[in-house]
Amino acid sequence: MNVHEYQAKELLKSYGVPVDRGFMVRSPQELAGALDQLPGPSYVVKAQIHSGGRGKGGGVKLAHGKDEALQQAKNILGMNLITNQTGPAGRLVSRLLITEAVDIDREYYLSLLIDRAVCKYVFVASTEGGMEIEKVAEERPDSIIKIHLDPFSGFKNFHGLEMAGKLGFTGDLAKQLTGIMRGLYNLFLEKDASLVEINPLVKTKAGKLLAIDAKVNFDDNGLGRHPDIQALRDIDEEDPNEVQASKYDLSYIKLDGTIGCLVNGAGLAMATMDIVKFHGGSPANFLDVGGSATAEKVTEAFKIILSDPNVKGILVNIFGGIMKCDVIAEGIVSASRTLGVKVPIVARLDGTNVEQGKKILAESGLKITPAGSLNEAAKRIVAEAEGYGHTDRS
Amino acid sequence: MAILIDHNTRLVCQGFTGKHGTFHTLRSAEYGTKVVGGVVPGKGGTVHEGFPVFDTVAQAREKGGANASMIFVPANFCKEALIEAIDAELELVICITEGVPVNDMMFVKRYLMGKKTRLIGPNCPGVISPGLAKAGIMPASIHKKGGVGVISRSGTLTYEAVNQLTQMGIGQSTCLGIGGDPVIGTTFIDAFELFKNDRQTKAVLMIGEIGGSMEEDTARWIKRNFDKPVAAFIAGATAPKGKRMGHAGAIISGGKGTYQEKVKVLKSCGIKVARTPAEMGKTVKQLFKKT
Repeated sequence: MNVHEYQAKELLKSYGVPVDRGFMVRSPQELAGALDQLPGPSYVVKAQIHSGGRGKGGGVKLAHGKDEALQQAKNILGMNLITNQTGPAGRLVSRLLITEAVDIDREYYLSLLIDRAVCKYVFVASTEGGMEIEKVAEERPDSIIKIHLDPFSGFKNFHGLEMAGKLGFTGDLAKQLTGIMRGLYNLFLEKDASLVEINPLVKTKAGKLLAIDAKVNFDDNGLGRHPDIQALRDIDEEDPNEVQASKYDLSYIKLDGTIGCLVNGAGLAMATMDIVKFHGGSPANFLDVGGSATAEKVTEAFKIILSDPNVKGILVNIFGGIMKCDVIAEGIVSASRTLGVKVPIVARLDGTNVEQGKKILAESGLKITPAGSLNEAAKRIVAEAEGYGHTDRS
Repeated sequence: MAILIDHNTRLVCQGFTGKHGTFHTLRSAEYGTKVVGGVVPGKGGTVHEGFPVFDTVAQAREKGGANASMIFVPANFCKEALIEAIDAELELVICITEGVPVNDMMFVKRYLMGKKTRLIGPNCPGVISPGLAKAGIMPASIHKKGGVGVISRSGTLTYEAVNQLTQMGIGQSTCLGIGGDPVIGTTFIDAFELFKNDRQTKAVLMIGEIGGSMEEDTARWIKRNFDKPVAAFIAGATAPKGKRMGHAGAIISGGKGTYQEKVKVLKSCGIKVARTPAEMGKTVKQLFKKT
């Protein structure tokens, strides 16, 4: 799960990491009140959406004086902000962060994440702050500094001093950096984060380290034990279908193709998308119904797939292990009936109770094409969806 | 011979009395696995479905002779269940449960260092050595005893592969799902090390997916250390960047872990990569033709 910049900064602040002063506002009226509490005379107005690259998209503006800040806020609030991460549809801006403008001496990058390859925590830092770290890694790999932490030792002061040395910080700055890194580490562990990133971390002209922008991602598997973090979720930032799917414990991701896929298991769901593409089709979604689907869940999955107007056919691919094919078949039949499904359906069932499942489909009287193999199923649905697309247009 | 589980396995199920724990332990027993019983704190001394229930894993080991465990306890209790099984010095622990927080696994993975236990999973379908024993949730009927080892990050995609192999008359030595999470007990390389010394295994099928760099690291290792032929399939050619594809570990982040990169490295290390998931069986068959 992702959170907004202002929420990430509040979390950082509660862990002792210094951040620039600011307020989240939802309207120009609220902004006026916030401006009175900031020193001025310059301010930064920042669109709050779950995306990087907001500055380049026109969602971050420096304002000289309160009038200009107000004007910028009016421009940004309600705008459809398009960044390199939002896709062409962009994202509606309904929250702003207004902050003091800081006198910056130099910008740095600092983050904490898990290094999967070695199963250790890793602090990543760079003297090239403010840029996308992937770009820095590509263009100036020598400027990337990594310090690994053993999960048993956790963060110790020497890790901070080690990093400080590599970034060229001494004395008080090294001490400040160590405190910031300790805060990031504690936040990561206590709140089950999966990424904590400060970009840029700035050194002000007054010699203070300050987080000017921050990003925190959370491990979805850990959210259950953090109601305070769950409360930060902003579902306006998520695809409505993905939100609906998560209510039923379905894993759904919308794509831009025409063939809806309903599969059990994440690996098989990906592989099913891949083979649809291989046979010349394009998948409309990733959908994993999980290990213990009921007829109700399958119906809900159909609803979500069909809510995408691009869908011209549905491929059901179930390999029963935990899941029984007859249960799935009943789900498909009841979903097709209740929803009055018009697009062609190709169903490929295999594994536990496959014969009963096939029988239920055959006796339903519905136009559901059975397929014996994955290859056959993918070919069939691509052909049928194409045919449906043509009759649809005529 | 097979790897990990066989006639000597004495299995206990942690979380035995739950719906899935009960169902799959009974299926494993039916398959011929020696099931010692289950562990459910507070229910020790009772009998469930004809099998004894123990309060702790250590008791299951002492009184029932357990040497392996299969875990079905809820995700938030897995850390404790895993530590308990490791402390009881079981040889093998298979964690089926999905959704274990990654920080919990970071601790467990570190805790395993220097211990006697091998962990498979979490978020995995388990292990089967066809004809010998099964400790997992896979449908047993699709398997056939033979010479191909199967290792996978996925569950149902493994069933798909095994089904193709069996239908072509190609049997399997041991099939294991290592799990779809970013931090797991046994990696592909660990599994290959076991297959390396297993005389029954003549070739290996590796089923990977986007995210992380485990497939690439494994391919480089195979090139240097593994003499038996290897086929592979990587799922996720059509997966968009930055989206978690069901499995917590299946995410392309920062341009890393892409399908293209994985396939490129695998091929350069002499591994035969199936173009589609429907060709996994066929690709394995081609390995045997050459030799």
